[in-house]
Amino acid sequence: MTRTVPPSSEPEAQDSTAPKDVAPAVALHTGTSNVRTLLTSNLRQSGIYIAFVAIIALFTVLTDGTLLSPGNVTNIVLQYSYILILAIGMVIVIIAGHIDLSVGSVVALTGAVSAVLVIQQGLPWWVGVLAALATGVAIGAWHGFWVAYVGIPAFIVTLAGMLLFRGLTLQVLDNISLSPFPPGYGDIASGFLNGLIGGDGYDAFTLLIGGIAVAGYAVSQYRSRIALIRYQQPVESFPLFVAKIVLVGAVVMAFAWQLAHARGLPIVLIILAVLILVYAVVTKRTVFGRQVYAIGGNLAAATLSGVKVRAVNFWIFVNMGFLAGIAGVVFSSRSNGAQPGAGNMFELDAIAAAFIGGAAVTGGVGTVVGAMVGGLIMAVMSNGMQLMGVDQSIQSVVKGMVLLLAVAFDVYNKRRAGASR
Amino acid sequence: MDDHILEMRGITKTFPGVKALENVNLVVRRGEIHAICGENGAGKSTLMKVLSGVYPAGSYEGEIVFDGQSVRFSGIRDSEHVGIVIIHQELALVPYLSIAENIFLGNERRGRFGVIDWNKANAEAGELLRSVGLDENPVTPVGQLGVGKQQLVEIAKALSKDVRLLILDEPTAALNDTDSAHLLDLMRRLRDRGITCIMISHKLGEITAVSDNVTVIRDGKTVETLNLHAGEVTQERIIRGMVGRDLESYYPERESHPGEEILRVEDWTVWHPTQDRKVVEGANFTVRAGEVVGIAGLMGAGRTELAMSIFGRAYGRNTTGRLFVHGKEVKPRNVSEAIDAGIAYATEDRKHYGLNLIEDIRRNVSAAALDKLASKGFVNGNEEVKVAEGYRRDMNIKAPSVASIVGKLSGGNQQKVVLSKWLYTDPEVLILDEPTRGIDVGAKYEIYTIINRLVAAGKAVLVISSELPELLGICDRIYTLSAGRITGEVPVQQATQENLMELMTKEKELAA
Repeated sequence: MTRTVPPSSEPEAQDSTAPKDVAPAVALHTGTSNVRTLLTSNLRQSGIYIAFVAIIALFTVLTDGTLLSPGNVTNIVLQYSYILILAIGMVIVIIAGHIDLSVGSVVALTGAVSAVLVIQQGLPWWVGVLAALATGVAIGAWHGFWVAYVGIPAFIVTLAGMLLFRGLTLQVLDNISLSPFPPGYGDIASGFLNGLIGGDGYDAFTLLIGGIAVAGYAVSQYRSRIALIRYQQPVESFPLFVAKIVLVGAVVMAFAWQLAHARGLPIVLIILAVLILVYAVVTKRTVFGRQVYAIGGNLAAATLSGVKVRAVNFWIFVNMGFLAGIAGVVFSSRSNGAQPGAGNMFELDAIAAAFIGGAAVTGGVGTVVGAMVGGLIMAVMSNGMQLMGVDQSIQSVVKGMVLLLAVAFDVYNKRRAGASR
Repeated sequence: MDDHILEMRGITKTFPGVKALENVNLVVRRGEIHAICGENGAGKSTLMKVLSGVYPAGSYEGEIVFDGQSVRFSGIRDSEHVGIVIIHQELALVPYLSIAENIFLGNERRGRFGVIDWNKANAEAGELLRSVGLDENPVTPVGQLGVGKQQLVEIAKALSKDVRLLILDEPTAALNDTDSAHLLDLMRRLRDRGITCIMISHKLGEITAVSDNVTVIRDGKTVETLNLHAGEVTQERIIRGMVGRDLESYYPERESHPGEEILRVEDWTVWHPTQDRKVVEGANFTVRAGEVVGIAGLMGAGRTELAMSIFGRAYGRNTTGRLFVHGKEVKPRNVSEAIDAGIAYATEDRKHYGLNLIEDIRRNVSAAALDKLASKGFVNGNEEVKVAEGYRRDMNIKAPSVASIVGKLSGGNQQKVVLSKWLYTDPEVLILDEPTRGIDVGAKYEIYTIINRLVAAGKAVLVISSELPELLGICDRIYTLSAGRITGEVPVQQATQENLMELMTKEKELAA
């Protein structure tokens, strides 16, 4: 049995202001955890971080450090942002036990709608953005209707959507590519915030934002630690807690440092960071998020616990459509136009990111942060192999193997956990 | 000198942090029915997994001697090879395949060129079916058979493998009385044919009826082996071994002080969701505060359907009738409105309908009342742990912490999690569907105690059960349900198993 809470070795975490617990069994579980349990208690989660670090290290060596150079770090962010945005929605869909095969086509259609309005009709850039988002939401509602209220499996509904919206993209674009967008629209995916407070050879603003992010992280971690102690729950020992924050802080600042020495803070990174933050909170802390996990974990039990399954499923797909709309805007902005074939195979990258990030094929398991790391693993691998000049065909083979092995590792872990009882 | 077919000596099996079995000894004589009993989590299943090779040799300490030979199995195939077959509680049949295909699955009767000879297979299957007393065509898909018949197919499958030691894990847990009797009879016949049986069961009546010896396991240790032919081994005697103390009674004492009426159901009619027939027809009943009311009915009488349709129309269609809580009419259209109206329903099948097995205790306890823990849609996770921790203590849920995964708990503890979940919704009336199915005597007693605590606090409890002694032991009043109609209402003082059974079968006699 994998024990999530180890017996306490030092009962110092008992807070004197909290009501004393008489049951010794509880005192046993109020305490501190050490590094080993932190790693092993959730091998599934920590495994992916270790793999991520290892892959970065590997490609840094293989590319003689180019991978982590300021320009390339910026590139990775710009190139893979839309996949990560899709993966946020996708992991929620997968946790609920569904799948969405249509997002690539939706990215194409939303981008096309925006391009027609902005490029052909000459409307302002923000009209295009709003129209793309509205299109995404409408498509999501369409999928949600069929999945939640008619009861057709999402696999079928979104497979139909994949064909349907690809066809509509061709209709909207009249089979031709539209470009270029007027300046302004392109900034969404390719613009930078820099030089706002100067800096000599680097962008001080980027570093400032990085610093604020780290400080915010430290404060929120500290506050949740205080709350945990007040409720007599296990927390890591204080040195370990500090070490964790210092480590995260160092990584974020190093990342900001590299960005600051290139072109500054990408606007799309700000969009992505806000989305990750919001959706991590939504999935972890909100009633809606809990209901998503409940539906994926046991649909019947969720229904009989009063979860409005239809409504939740409906909004999951509306949300996926909304995020696909954002991804459509970002992608059309980055490619500076709309093409009939845009977004091809994006759904597979997003699905792969979610599964590499620890989501379970059977539903009920997965995290937004995990999906982001999963997406970044794919991104770093693709980018690293491109830098090395590896052939496209080999890249595809490697990515396929990584997806397979990641899920195999997950299945192996689960079996180990299951067999121990 | 006795002829032993199996000796397990000093078996010790440890999981990280838990000693599941400690120096367990089991001696089974050739050609006997040997029962193993113990509370849930006592280690019965683990012992059988060691025996059948699910836990391979080397992962445990101790020695297994089968038929005079020391054996070391590295997997189920090895144990089946020497003739040890285990039939699990959850049957492992493929519903879309035929009886014959299921029987020979993994053990196909190949003819020339490795092609399966279906005529031969079906003929052999027919013979096996006759030997277990099942009168069905071997080409019938298994999914069309009832649970009792599926159980027989499993046994036929075991016989096809030339079984010498047959292990049955809770064989009658899902069977009705007729099917159970048939199965026990078959076990006796198998014994007469020289097949040794090990039976894991909670039903002490069955154990005393068919077994020759019973080994009692408690907390991963062998307590004793009792010979049922030597002297008076009563059910009470076995229980004492299982729980390590005398249970003065199966059912805790309670003084009954029914108060005002809490739930009233009038003229309740429910249609089958897909078929054109009424599952419940014109049901009327009431439950008062501080009262435990039972619903007795045979399988298919509409007990669960009645309860689920009341619980926010979670079952059926065209449901009509009126529902009153505290004298006020309520019309819940879905489960969450039913919960708001003060109704809670703990399902019969907790694994499939009651719990999210891959989540922890905390999230299962909060699942039906998340709104109570949330403000503006945000869940207070710390408060949630506090609530769950409170129930873990109150209900005596045996788990290291509230972060323990529910799927890894024993049946009794899972049921306590289900009860916690519903108690946290703060219901006025709690409907419990088979609250003690598949859980051991000690945990049953705890569940009854919890029920008593609830009614003492002025709640109304409606219990659906197919075990009449249980209803007689805990209820104040009992309604009988037969073919969707309420056929009687009996105060517990006047109720006997006989008069209840008579009412439960009333409709059938009328129809005949």
